Amino acid sequence: MQVQDIIKILNLEVFGGSGGLNREISGGYTSDLLSDVMGHAECGNIWITLQTHKNVIAIASLKELAAVILIKGNIPDADILEHAENEGIPVLGSKEEAFELTGKLFNLLTR
Amino acid sequence: MNKYRADLHIHTVLSPCGGLEMSPIKIIEKAVKKGISIIGITDHNTTRHCNLIRKLAEPAGIFTLMGAEVTTREEVHCLSFFENDDQLSDFQLYLEKYIIRIPNDPEKFGFQVVVDENELIIDDIEFLLISALDQSLEQVEQKVHSLGGIFIPAHIDRPSFSIISQLGFIPDNLQIDGIEISANCKKDSVLPFIGQHNTKSFIRSSDAHYADQVGKTFSTFEIEHCSFNEIKMALQGSSGRNVTIA
Repeated sequence: MQVQDIIKILNLEVFGGSGGLNREISGGYTSDLLSDVMGHAECGNIWITLQTHKNVIAIASLKELAAVILIKGNIPDADILEHAENEGIPVLGSKEEAFELTGKLFNLLTR
Repeated sequence: MNKYRADLHIHTVLSPCGGLEMSPIKIIEKAVKKGISIIGITDHNTTRHCNLIRKLAEPAGIFTLMGAEVTTREEVHCLSFFENDDQLSDFQLYLEKYIIRIPNDPEKFGFQVVVDENELIIDDIEFLLISALDQSLEQVEQKVHSLGGIFIPAHIDRPSFSIISQLGFIPDNLQIDGIEISANCKKDSVLPFIGQHNTKSFIRSSDAHYADQVGKTFSTFEIEHCSFNEIKMALQGSSGRNVTIA
């Protein structure tokens, strides 16, 4: 499944990084501790977080993640979007909380 | 130049997690006993004990760096210090404006009391001081520096509430005046996570919440005399001033 597929199904907003919408999703990772994501997320994962700091993109890029979904209607800090465009990593938004969104994504990816 | 021992991270009874014995008088007594010359007063997201402590510390020959341990939106703890009362009260208003107000339950989190010099309780803060500000790390940093303050990420090696745990690494363009590491942290262990900040001054502090911890861990400032500007210069390593840690 590609990032653009889940955007449609989960009705996600695209904040930036649209160059990476055809990235393939290998799985998901939900965490708000960036040190934890650095240590444990895997290449191609889609990352669900409420953090909006610009380090989110640096770490998504470092770990070669498929995309980032910001939850609870959080808006990314302005400097995130510039990095997202440069790195081609989609930054997406959802109004839902981590629990609901993670559950839906889990069902989609393991179906 | 003279060498002074500084413990720049001390909580008082006002912090919910601070021991009830951590009155201004007790903190100063302990600092004197431990040979500490400079104390940093850093309650969680409040500066309200700073003035009293400075007033009581002066006759004891102790210099007080007035500030707070701020919790940013990302839940990063940062030490912030200010030179004078105007800057401190401006920052206090900023803290009160942006802290996310959750009622404190003293049975669960502890008491948050302001005391006077006779150790009588004169105020009780109703909202939880350990919650975060609705301000990003960068916004807090900019506020502190707009007031001429000192901004130091706290205990960066800790697995919770540290800039490394919350954000993975220190952003290269973040303006910081120093880096605090915990008592037993080896400096080398954090180098992979601090990028271009590896030339900054490192401090070690007690993060005392109980009286016995005051001054147990300290940094040594080599400065002309104890003042805000001398401390700032030492952190910058300018004009022959410096900071060293054991």
